[in-house]
Amino acid sequence: MWNYTEKVMDHFLNPRNVGEIANADGIGEVGSIVCGDAMKLYIKLDAKKERIAEAKFQTFGCASAIASASALTEMVKGKTVAEAEKLTNQDIAHFLGELPEEKMHCSVMGMEAMQAALANCRGLPAPAVCDHSHNPHAAPDPQLDRVVCHCFQVTERKIREVVEMNNLQTVEQVTHYTKAGGGCGGCREEIDEIIKAVHGEAKKKQAAADQPQSPKMTNLQRITLIQKTFDTEIRGALQADGGDVELLDIDGDTVTVKLVGRCSGCASAHHTLKNWIEAKLREKVGPSINVVEGK
Amino acid sequence: MSTDTVIYVDNNSTTRVAPEVVEAMLPYLNTWYGNPSSPHAFGEVSRKAVEKARGQVAALLGALPEEIIFTGCGTESDNAAILSALENDVKRRKIVTTAVEHPAILSLCKVLQQRGYHIDYVPVDTKGRLNLEHFRQIVSEETAIVSVMWANNESGNLYPVQEIAEIAHAKGALFHTDAVQAVGKIPVNLKDGRIDFLSMSGHKLHAPKGVGVLYRRKGVKFNQFVIGGHQEHGLRAGTENVPGIVGLGRAAELAEQFLYEEQTKVRALRDHLEARLLALCPDPLVNGDPEHRLPNTANISFKYIEGESILMLINQFGICASSGSACTSGSLEPSHVLRAMSVPQIAIHGSIRFSLCRYNTRQEIDTIIEKLPPVIKRLREISPYGR
Repeated sequence: MWNYTEKVMDHFLNPRNVGEIANADGIGEVGSIVCGDAMKLYIKLDAKKERIAEAKFQTFGCASAIASASALTEMVKGKTVAEAEKLTNQDIAHFLGELPEEKMHCSVMGMEAMQAALANCRGLPAPAVCDHSHNPHAAPDPQLDRVVCHCFQVTERKIREVVEMNNLQTVEQVTHYTKAGGGCGGCREEIDEIIKAVHGEAKKKQAAADQPQSPKMTNLQRITLIQKTFDTEIRGALQADGGDVELLDIDGDTVTVKLVGRCSGCASAHHTLKNWIEAKLREKVGPSINVVEGK
Repeated sequence: MSTDTVIYVDNNSTTRVAPEVVEAMLPYLNTWYGNPSSPHAFGEVSRKAVEKARGQVAALLGALPEEIIFTGCGTESDNAAILSALENDVKRRKIVTTAVEHPAILSLCKVLQQRGYHIDYVPVDTKGRLNLEHFRQIVSEETAIVSVMWANNESGNLYPVQEIAEIAHAKGALFHTDAVQAVGKIPVNLKDGRIDFLSMSGHKLHAPKGVGVLYRRKGVKFNQFVIGGHQEHGLRAGTENVPGIVGLGRAAELAEQFLYEEQTKVRALRDHLEARLLALCPDPLVNGDPEHRLPNTANISFKYIEGESILMLINQFGICASSGSACTSGSLEPSHVLRAMSVPQIAIHGSIRFSLCRYNTRQEIDTIIEKLPPVIKRLREISPYGR
């Protein structure tokens, strides 16, 4: 039997928000009976159509699929559409304590259901796959939208996104997160190529980002650049979501910040800190920047 | 967890070691630890114990003691039989087996295919039945061995192994049966000599894990699989698992004694469980062939829901069963047996196998009948396909 956390068991044994919403603003349906798990997510927006007022689900699947769906509905209630759009599979897994790696595809299914429901709200067809850039209007691409794993109907786009988002290194991990490669196994080599390509591109990007910076930045220049990046790049985006961030201290490469407003206590706060603020600073200032949360 | 509250209906996975078996084994753990190969009197005690067990197993199978080879497990027995058949007739490069065999056969066949052997997998129908006509068409002068399980571990289906053995022999091929699930549950008699190899496993019939048997009909050529010392008359090297073998001998004796109870008490409990669950859970599907089935096995699919969820919810009541769903296996695809039977997609992920034994009580079965239907109902309420 799987080693589930208490929180997973709690959400499996006492699932929250089970059911349908009769006049839902968005319905997201992902998975299928053939795949062995499927989820239908219903969301209702508030009067201003800004926030998710209600979320309900139906799930066909194992304990972690049911728990992931239950967790998702709890996480997104009260969130703005923009916040819900940024929700990742890691946020769901994090909320549940953790999931066995073999079951990470359940958290990916939750993220996909959220994106499908939001696309449905806008009257768009559900995105065939999740979109890492959080841009539901991502241009179709015949190469990326090509099905790589025919047993579980997984596209190159989805594999790339999940590899990037979760920093996956092996085919086995990709199978745990997306099921791709878990059937006949005929696509395992191709998945391996995709993993290498994604990491190769990431390295190139990193190298390009590192290039223009002067390694001999003075402390003052460095501090000024961090402050500037905060004011021009980071705070604006967070404020747009109803949150904000305060710069508390800069000590060498360690930048201490405090999330305020809607950002504080947000379930994806850690994600915002590490995957977004830190990534932005590393891009602009230097690859050794480390962002920590101060009290 | 505590064992007080366990309702164990997963006996096709493994069984409780019978208290009589434990008792028979203890002297060979505590006192008589000698090596059966030793020339001294202390070793002689162990050697005699092994030979006694050989006689007990032979009696259960209707075999001769010299036809019994003790192995490490059922899988080893399966591998040894197939590989020996191939080595002894190098001109025959084909194997005929079925789509519903245990991985001990199927995974080996996959490897042999990579080594250039040709494998034919005889299909089953939607009830999991084999058609003898398929064997008549496929088995040829090129077939080295035909391997067909006596009873299927998931559906409980029984296969006409004696008839298939005759078809194999008509073409000069050997016949092997994986009888791991059959021995101890139904009468198995090899006296008429049509079956060349038979595999059995101790832990499926209330003996401990780590001991198996390969029956090899007298006169059939056999090449050692585990190579080393001269144990088991030079047929299986490695120091004998004396306590395990003694336990298996005692378990074989008990199996013979309780065979009637398997056909009566165990069958009645299984039938009661199945009938009540079919009546109480709407839209069920029985996987397998109720006409030709082990007396202890019921495999039921509960449509629209997934097996792991069912198992985890009944686990709260101490009920231990198994499922053919993808999630329980740790793989991503449901059971190969149910897929071979073309169980509909809406039902394949929600299959639950109950496998009983002589230790199950009416009270335990009634607890399952009480606890399971609400679990099915609850999961169907969560499922988008549920209504």
